Amino acid sequence: MSVFKPHISVHKLNVFYGSHQSLRDITVDIPEKQITAIIGPSGCGKTTLLKCLNRLIDLTDGVRLSGQVLIGGVDIYNDKNIDATCIRKRMGMLCQKPFPLPMSIYDNVTYGLKIHGVKGKKRLDAAVERYLTMAGLWEEVRDRLESPASRLSAGQQQRLCLARSLAVEPEALLGDEPTSALDPISAQHIEKTFRELRKDYSIVIVTHILRQARRLADYVIFLYLGELIECGPAEDVFGRPKELKTQAYIRGEIS
Amino acid sequence: MDRRKLEEDFCRGLMIAATFVVGGSLFAVFSVVILKGAPALSLSMITELPQGGYYLGGEGGILNAIVGSLYLGLGATALALVLALPVALFLQKEYIGNSRLGRLTRLSLDVLWGVPSIVYGAFGFIIMVYLGIRACLLGGIIALTLLELPIMIRAMDEVVRMVPQELKEASYAMGATRLETTMRVVCRQALPGLLTALLLAFGRGIGDAASILFTAGYTDRLPHSLFDPVASLPLAVFFQIGTPFPEVQQRAYASALILLLLVLILSVASRLLTRKFNKYVVR
Amino acid sequence: MRFRRLKDLVASRFMLAATIFSALLVVLIAAGLLQKSSLVLAMKPLTQLLFSSSWHPLSGEFGLYPFIMGTFWVTGVAMLIAIPLCLLVSIYLAEYAPSRTRGVVKPLIDLLAGIPSVVYGLLGVLIIVPFVKNIASFFGSTTNGYNVLSGGIILAIMVFPVIISISEEVIRTVPQGMRETSLALGATRWQATKLVVRRAALPGIIAAIVLGFSRAFGETMAVLMVVGNVAKVPSSVLDPAYPLTALIANNYGEMMSIPLYGSALLLAALVLLVVVFLFSLGARLILIRVERSYGIG
Repeated sequence: MSVFKPHISVHKLNVFYGSHQSLRDITVDIPEKQITAIIGPSGCGKTTLLKCLNRLIDLTDGVRLSGQVLIGGVDIYNDKNIDATCIRKRMGMLCQKPFPLPMSIYDNVTYGLKIHGVKGKKRLDAAVERYLTMAGLWEEVRDRLESPASRLSAGQQQRLCLARSLAVEPEALLGDEPTSALDPISAQHIEKTFRELRKDYSIVIVTHILRQARRLADYVIFLYLGELIECGPAEDVFGRPKELKTQAYIRGEIS
Repeated sequence: MDRRKLEEDFCRGLMIAATFVVGGSLFAVFSVVILKGAPALSLSMITELPQGGYYLGGEGGILNAIVGSLYLGLGATALALVLALPVALFLQKEYIGNSRLGRLTRLSLDVLWGVPSIVYGAFGFIIMVYLGIRACLLGGIIALTLLELPIMIRAMDEVVRMVPQELKEASYAMGATRLETTMRVVCRQALPGLLTALLLAFGRGIGDAASILFTAGYTDRLPHSLFDPVASLPLAVFFQIGTPFPEVQQRAYASALILLLLVLILSVASRLLTRKFNKYVVR
Repeated sequence: MRFRRLKDLVASRFMLAATIFSALLVVLIAAGLLQKSSLVLAMKPLTQLLFSSSWHPLSGEFGLYPFIMGTFWVTGVAMLIAIPLCLLVSIYLAEYAPSRTRGVVKPLIDLLAGIPSVVYGLLGVLIIVPFVKNIASFFGSTTNGYNVLSGGIILAIMVFPVIISISEEVIRTVPQGMRETSLALGATRWQATKLVVRRAALPGIIAAIVLGFSRAFGETMAVLMVVGNVAKVPSSVLDPAYPLTALIANNYGEMMSIPLYGSALLLAALVLLVVVFLFSLGARLILIRVERSYGIG
């Protein structure tokens, strides 16, 4: 049983897309160095919440936010000194459909590093090997690092995206349904990697696959139609859910 | 059921006929130029300048026009690129894409795209008078740049817009700035299309006659400075076809053939380059 | 970090400057042309310049009406020929043609788009003009072939690739769902196609036609070589005409020597610009309305 230390705190977060309210008064803490699963039916704001954690929500048109998101105690929206690009470096992100950059495998991994000023071939080579190994892809691609990333299979691409995100040395990893577009074997691979990374990173994944949440999560957040219904350690939420809606969802009555 | 089938067959017949008409006109264009131009085409045509009496049937070639067209085209395309690429990139969502300035710019560019090339020539002429220069290479380049600009911007804008938003988000998610994402990811992804846009504008530029009619002048010699008048292939065709001498008219066809070949080479080059740069592009 | 922010800022400023310049270009051109036309505008009232048929520049008569009409006649004929043909070909290529045919025809049509206008002019002079002359004499006309019809035909050919490539693309990208629904209800292929075209592809096709019209309207060299260049309002397609573009191109020498003449020519250029502007604006408004009534956007 790991100690609960909040890494990211969300406080009274409201998000509007135009006149439609997507998230309503969300207040929740996300623990450090654990795997947190955000679960709930589709369209209930899970992805929106995730994107608020690294300010990727800023890129969407017509979005209005109120409330606070604190990372390590610092309000990333309202603090004057905060730069969105710095926040994003600290939060790695994996999307549902793997999007490798239009470059070679090597360049994909070093992209983040080069942007943040890392130079020198030796350092970059070492980083490429290190992060591809962490993502479980090194053995498969070590001989063809210069070939285009778009030629990899979906599972490999997702692992590449993972390596790419790890390369900028984030504190946390955010995953938006990271395995739902992958075949079962690749999905398993990614899940295994998440379990290993948990020691060093706080991991937050959005998933609509309940079984995946059961397998992976240490901490669970259940959202329904933009509201936080229940949150807590996985055994509590899955084993002894307090709210009716949570019970219904877990039993498969609502989806 | 019978009537519907009849209607269907009739329309199908119409469509195929239409396709033959359209295809036939393309074929006609090519055959006219090739059949009439090939006989008059010789090595001296492309390597020599017009000698005295060339326009009355004398010796020489149209090297002046070939080189002139290339100078004009390269100069104008380079200038247009310097302006067009920033504008096309600026029209992305993260900059002004959805703002009022963005919409105004797009409307303005729509108008510019439709402006007849002769109007660009007239405006170029006005600028030349204002600057106090006469018909010369620079004047032609200015007019052609104005002509190529909206074409290039529109073509580039279309490609840039097709870059998937998720791809850009993947870059932003790693803490990249807008400039970094735009230059390293968007341009990389859109590169084949950007090159095509460049070559498209170039092709349109060297083929145009109306804009350089009174801005570039015409001469039998090669230009040695930006302020010398310069010959061009389209004008070479135009002037030569207007003479009463059949030998000179023949040369007009040959000039047209050379022009057509140039445009064809550009088209092929565009396709080849696209294929070459497509390997990194993410679908 | 600060350096990266600075680079981002400098780049944005540069892009902004380039964009503002491009956006203002229309205004600059209009202003320049207006300034130069002011000479002739001061001499004669605008209505006379636009609607008088009397063009005798050396005696100071600058009625642009024949040329304006010439432009519209030629463009009109071109669109009349081009629109039905292009629609048929686009539908054929998008819906019916086997992919091998498409693979051959489409690149050829794209190639057509890049051919310079003087080359089309050659086609006009060598083939279209005699063709029109022969056909017309068959019907008893005495035209020498240099008339509106020839101009219209050559413009139509120039406009084919523009309209076809866009329309074909638009029709092809309509999602299969609509066709399948129609076919599943027992429609013939042609009926399904009509549905798709009328309901889903129409805005794009309209856009393509507008683009084609722009191209035809602004064309200079090819039409100049076949249209006859007689400064009279045409009364039939077999009459010669003198479009505004040809007027400017043919008399550019006069721009320097006789200021008033030059001013009138630049007024003609201004008229062209204004028409293009109104047309672009109008086309965009129509497009918005069509899209709205179809529930798109």
